Amino acid sequence: MSTRHFLPLLALLLLLFVPMAAPGLQILLTLALAKAIAVMGVTLLLRAGQVSFGHALFFGISAYAAAFIAATSLDDLVLLLIAGTAGAALSGLLVGLFVVRYRGIFFGMLNLAFSMIFWSILEKFYHYTGGADGLRLPRPTVLGLSLDRAPFELLLFYLTLALTIGLGWFTLRFLGSPIGQLFQTVKTNETRLEYLGVSARTTLLKGYVLSAALCGIGGILVATAQGIVTPSYAYWIRSGEMVFIAVLGGAGSIPGAVAGALAYEIVRAYAAAFAADIWQLVLGVFLLVVILFAPGGLAGIYTAIANRLSRRDPSPTAHSPNEARQ
Amino acid sequence: MDYTLILLAIFDGLSYAALVFMVAVGLTLIFGVLQILNVAHGSLYAIGAYLTASIGGAIFAAGYAPILAFPLMLIAAALVGILLGGPIEYLLLRRIYHKPEVLQLLVTFAVFMILEDVQRLVWGNQPYFESSALQMLGNIQVFGVYYTVYQLILLPVVAALTLIGLRLFLRRTLTGRLITAVTEDREAAQAIGIDANRVYLLTFVVGAGLAGLGGALASPTTSVLPGIGAEMIVLSFAVVATAGLGRIEGAAIAALLIGLGRSAATYTYPELQVLVPYLIMLAVLLVRPEGLFGSPAARKI
Amino acid sequence: MTDPLLEARGLEIRFGGVVAADGVNLTIDEGKNLAIIGPNGAGKTTFLNICTGWLKPSKGQVFFRGEDVTRLPPRKIVQRGVARAFQIPQLFGEHTAMENLMIAVSAREGRQSPLLQMQSQPERSEMQDLLELVGCTDVADARVDELSEGQRKLIDIAVALALKPRLLLMDEPTSGVASSEKFEIMDILVKALAQADVTAVFVEHDMGIVENYADEVAVWNSGEVQMRGTPAEILAHPDVIRDVIGEETA
Repeated sequence: MSTRHFLPLLALLLLLFVPMAAPGLQILLTLALAKAIAVMGVTLLLRAGQVSFGHALFFGISAYAAAFIAATSLDDLVLLLIAGTAGAALSGLLVGLFVVRYRGIFFGMLNLAFSMIFWSILEKFYHYTGGADGLRLPRPTVLGLSLDRAPFELLLFYLTLALTIGLGWFTLRFLGSPIGQLFQTVKTNETRLEYLGVSARTTLLKGYVLSAALCGIGGILVATAQGIVTPSYAYWIRSGEMVFIAVLGGAGSIPGAVAGALAYEIVRAYAAAFAADIWQLVLGVFLLVVILFAPGGLAGIYTAIANRLSRRDPSPTAHSPNEARQ
Repeated sequence: MDYTLILLAIFDGLSYAALVFMVAVGLTLIFGVLQILNVAHGSLYAIGAYLTASIGGAIFAAGYAPILAFPLMLIAAALVGILLGGPIEYLLLRRIYHKPEVLQLLVTFAVFMILEDVQRLVWGNQPYFESSALQMLGNIQVFGVYYTVYQLILLPVVAALTLIGLRLFLRRTLTGRLITAVTEDREAAQAIGIDANRVYLLTFVVGAGLAGLGGALASPTTSVLPGIGAEMIVLSFAVVATAGLGRIEGAAIAALLIGLGRSAATYTYPELQVLVPYLIMLAVLLVRPEGLFGSPAARKI
Repeated sequence: MTDPLLEARGLEIRFGGVVAADGVNLTIDEGKNLAIIGPNGAGKTTFLNICTGWLKPSKGQVFFRGEDVTRLPPRKIVQRGVARAFQIPQLFGEHTAMENLMIAVSAREGRQSPLLQMQSQPERSEMQDLLELVGCTDVADARVDELSEGQRKLIDIAVALALKPRLLLMDEPTSGVASSEKFEIMDILVKALAQADVTAVFVEHDMGIVENYADEVAVWNSGEVQMRGTPAEILAHPDVIRDVIGEETA
């Protein structure tokens, strides 16, 4: 194993000890990792050359699905996860059937439109959705066990960490698989794709459903951690935040998405106190800076440093041209 | 539904369509020339509205005549176009014309994020409402229905004048011809000595100014509060997408369609009011993916 | 009697005022490589576009092995055994030459598992052979958007061949390739096609290539098939020398 893979793995290993070493960070990191899973969904689409300004839609749908189920007698964490993910994937399929007909501007904006529609529904139909106040999501049981707050939060942290690693691994495998590679060719040449006998729409749809499911899983985890869901889960600001983190992490990099989410949440936790009123403004400026001056994001910076170091190494590791985006 | 309600719905739809058109036409003009979708367009609309409502409120409270509301709107639009539109194009967009579409979208999205907070910083979270312009023009009775002159006559007239004016400007004036030439073939236009950068700057300033004017015109009819920019960019995109990107006349028809559809819902199924514009857009795009008046881009292989 | 491999009946299409296909009738028989020649703008590429479903003719039909494929999208026609190489190569620019072939093979095999890794596909030696066939083994691991136009054209052909088609349509396969190498490449290509039982149709401007590698020649002019015959017959015809060859050498 080369040094460049060693550091990220070490960082993940260190996260295992957070509840013991820095219990104050546990909640914050639970939320950050949950968001990282959602951001992987947005990142995935960037690999097909598409940006969605409305992926909070799936974040919100699964969170509300979880809240509805939590209000019944079926409020078990496992059920919430399954039902929420299924809800997000199913709505991803329905919305996807429509938006995969489009690329670029239309893809981005139609996603935004769908999320705004859902947000309006959440706000207007308050008999069902609780309107702007949202719905409470009481702490669910875990496989039938009702846990106290502290053990539940500890469990949620490790569950989120495990899901981040597991889903991150799965997403990387997907991208390296034949269907994942076809999915990425939507970015470069749809004509050739069609002349390989493959439908670009179907190919994009597969990735879209996966991206919706990832956002959905992130949504349930955040909702469960916070104990409440509100329309802001599906608002454009949330979508924008996901896009921001995806670009910050490194457009298209899955480990970058995790690094971006951790960096983002930690900075926000401390800086937001000073910049609460201008948070979007700070994000916007930072987004411009990343796009214009460091388009590879955190992952790109890391790879550049690793390359520089390994050049000094007497036995440089061979790397494929795609490595910067892995 | 009786006859009065139908009339009211039509009038509502008409005045609403006029406002949305003002914003959408700027968005589509900018796209037509620069090939960039300005996600920050909704914020320019909101800032136009804020400027008019807050300055208007201040000067009328100081005793100035309410008639000043009208020149104020034009000033607000010019400020938005020149002070915001100018720098955005000159400092930012100019760097990214050759970049992939996704990056262009991200850049204007970043501007949108910035401007949304700028509004909050300058004007806070409380709503502004300043309707002197609306009240000054009074009401009019049409077929037994009372309606404000401002919404029923002034707004549609301004929208129609904007449409006709833009058409004449693009077809009859030298500057307009230059814009059209750059739109059709940038390289060829530059080859014959047209300064494409200036055309881009001018177009963006005009487009941004139209968004500002839309906001200024809207301000007497509604409370100006945080979030209207986000709603307006999605709504005006719906209009532009329904019409076909870059279609100016089409945007007028799509705005009418969406405005009337929305007001019809207001009087029948009010919960659906916010959804109708999007449902119309989705329905149109399902049948015609390139919009009502757009032509499918032919890919050469 | 067996159906011809491909049959076009009365194809018509126009773009604005320009007639690009004006009643094109043509049959392509299995095992007989056909060269399409004709002046620029005669509708040669348009014909390939119609045959592969990229353009829909306003009149007429295309049959592939007896089946009417006129209204099918390109991918459905490709799935039935028609592959295409392009005048401007259509490749996945961010992928390497080898990866382009791997993606093509994945598409051909219809692999769906997200856990199978593309790198571990069993057809590696087949892809090596394809790269060798077009003489591009040395650039197997280079990103294709960093290769020369000539190399990209050859890889474009290899990608089409990776689909194991029955019929391969090529639009000026050797344009952009150094003239010293043209014959060498065509030699290998034609042999390989015969071995794999693939019939080739190629649009070509180089009459030397046409003379040596085509079994039959069809001459296009103003959206019509003006003439059809063996290379010797066609290339000796005075009209062809005036309209087609004359223009090429002018």
